Amino acid sequence: MNRRHVLDLDDFTADEIELVMQTTDAMKEVLARPIRRVPPLRGKTIVTLFYENSTRTRVSFELAAKNLSADVVNITASASSVTKGESLVDTIRTIQALGADVIVIRHSQAGAPYVVAQHLRGSVINAGDGWHAHPTQSLLDLYTIRERLGPVAGKSVVIVGDILHSRVARSNVWGMTRAGARVTLCGPATLMPPLGGDGLPPVTVDYDLDRALEGADVVMALRIQRERQTGGMLPSLREYVERYQLTPARLRRARPGALVMHPGPMNEGVEISPEVAYGAQSVIEDQVANGVAVRMALLYLLVGERTTELAAAPAPVGARR
Amino acid sequence: MPEMLIRGGRILDPSQGIDQVDDLWIADDQIAGLGPPAVSRHQNSTQPIVVDATGCIVSPGFVDLHCHLRDPGFEEKETIATGTRAAARGGFTTVCCMANTNPPIDSRAVVEYVQRTAHVTGVVRVLPVAAITRHMAGQELVEMGELAQAGVVAFSDDGRAVGSSRIMRYALEYSKMVDRPIAPHCEDRDLVSDGVMNEGPVATRLGLKGWPATGEEIEIARDILLAELTGGRLHLCHVTTAGGVELVRRAKEKGIRVTAEAMPHHLTLTDEWVAGKRWDGRSAEPYDTNTKVNPPLRAEADRRALVAGLRDGTIDCIATDHAPHTLVDKQCEYDFAAFGLSVFETALGALLRLVQAGDLDLPTLVSRLTVDPARAYRLPYGTLRPGAAADVAIFDPSAEWVVDPSQFASRGRNTPLAGQTLRGRVLVTIAGGRIVHLADDRRLAQTPSVREHVR
Repeated sequence: MNRRHVLDLDDFTADEIELVMQTTDAMKEVLARPIRRVPPLRGKTIVTLFYENSTRTRVSFELAAKNLSADVVNITASASSVTKGESLVDTIRTIQALGADVIVIRHSQAGAPYVVAQHLRGSVINAGDGWHAHPTQSLLDLYTIRERLGPVAGKSVVIVGDILHSRVARSNVWGMTRAGARVTLCGPATLMPPLGGDGLPPVTVDYDLDRALEGADVVMALRIQRERQTGGMLPSLREYVERYQLTPARLRRARPGALVMHPGPMNEGVEISPEVAYGAQSVIEDQVANGVAVRMALLYLLVGERTTELAAAPAPVGARR
Repeated sequence: MPEMLIRGGRILDPSQGIDQVDDLWIADDQIAGLGPPAVSRHQNSTQPIVVDATGCIVSPGFVDLHCHLRDPGFEEKETIATGTRAAARGGFTTVCCMANTNPPIDSRAVVEYVQRTAHVTGVVRVLPVAAITRHMAGQELVEMGELAQAGVVAFSDDGRAVGSSRIMRYALEYSKMVDRPIAPHCEDRDLVSDGVMNEGPVATRLGLKGWPATGEEIEIARDILLAELTGGRLHLCHVTTAGGVELVRRAKEKGIRVTAEAMPHHLTLTDEWVAGKRWDGRSAEPYDTNTKVNPPLRAEADRRALVAGLRDGTIDCIATDHAPHTLVDKQCEYDFAAFGLSVFETALGALLRLVQAGDLDLPTLVSRLTVDPARAYRLPYGTLRPGAAADVAIFDPSAEWVVDPSQFASRGRNTPLAGQTLRGRVLVTIAGGRIVHLADDRRLAQTPSVREHVR
């Protein structure tokens, strides 16, 4: 892969996405082994720098890096300390001086990974920045669809929920359309950002979930936050549930066997009913599992030692086989 | 002081409808007139200082109704000394500095501090704008009578909206007694909230919080209605939207006393610059905080409407909103960065793009930088009429140069134009009869006494 950073999917070509998918296949094979550890990142240092809470994404990156034999340093920072005078740039310079090959950053401000990329000699992976992008989430979503339904091209994907504040929605609009899917964004009008023009690639917008679901191959529910009600954007969560909760009855409008996805963390009983979340069509746990493989693939493609094949790491001296 | 002769330039003075190649004479720090050597006119035995203006435009010095000199209080961003030197480099000879200093310009003492500091350390004329409300808090009016007497040219809480319609009404009423305009920063705080860039598809793509055009237009509409109600003089700061231009147009048709300004960046840049667009086609990284300004860079349709408004006079004049900041203020996440651009030194070069693109003719551009702003605030500047203060900008409209903020006179290096090539550069600026900027020594015929007149 001819790139240094993964900041967004807007600059990924369809070929690059396919390369990530194929590399992920190889990583899945590694993960299926009894010893899930290969050496291509030996001697590399991966720093996860999280300015926002996250369980699955941080752990997923950490496991991915460790599976590739990298050293991992986890830093959790408070975004509030930035306003107290500790700047992001200072932090990056410090990490740079300590020696990092890759910084995986999660930040509540859109564009923060671009600031990091400008001040770091190594690679930057965006693990979510504000409302802007969450490229690795979209790549794992793409992989999960591909694994279950085959090629993503031509599939109909419905993303439902708080689109305005969702980096997952934005990255998936790029990723899914680049891979050839048709995307429908669905949610209340107050939570729908201005589209068209110089913005995101063309998508369909529908405020009516029942209609949007007709013939869908994939439906992805997004987390809805309570602040949207207190902020005046929603009359009540009750009405949201009424109109937008993904229920078994609604799901029947989609194509038989349509996949149910959610980037997590879920509000069960709000944007998704438990029956659907844990039902036969749900691939939510696959998403989490595939996350590790996709992130291994990206780390490998960005900084992996290409001469090293994905052979198993030599067993530690004295280990019994 | 010897006379000064500006020789062989294209004299462009919209205040008198002059556009001709001629010589311009300066004597006693005033414009003496045009025409051939007039030794008889000026009984002065010393040799004049000669400035060669061949191939250049000779225009009245530019008048800027809106800039931030940051002094007192934010001297790390700019001082009156550095800000006026930056202004001089941009061809500006009169600048009106906004009140959002620390302490704000809301008392006679601070007005006098600015005037005195400008007199001692400045190189161009500085006319303070006072706040509308005490401490710019939006609650109580400043002492407009005393401040007008002290010499402020307008009242503005720029940087902050006057949220209360009631206080805005009182301001427009009361200011009639001192005959100074009220110059609001129009921003509906409730609607705009913490928006950081123009609301629209580009903000959607970047995931940045939108600052909707409507947030500006609501207050423009309100203030126009209040101006109609009160008969006060309203000068709208930094109009940026197509809807805003339309509101001003209708207000003028109704005879409401309103004037409006637009900024070089809103006339030439769009919100695509936040996403990395640049003129030279080599796109920059997105989220360059040097594109963050309030009001924000708008959509292309807004920019076009603004240029059309400038052309037909709906927008009376161009002002810079020069807003210098330190590197620390800008080297951070977009949301946390300060709003504002360093504009003085790039204003003319950027604006000439409009002329080069055929969107505006040069005399109109010069008019909007000179006599038009002067009229809006009723200032006796922006003209080459005999007897006027000798404020002159001499620029070469075809000189190409690359913007290098490290070479700015301003302490603010916060411009999105870094690395861009501009065509058109101010070579000489004369303020009050003194040469305050000289980009090219060869323009000055070397007489022994010349150096001491270059400040």
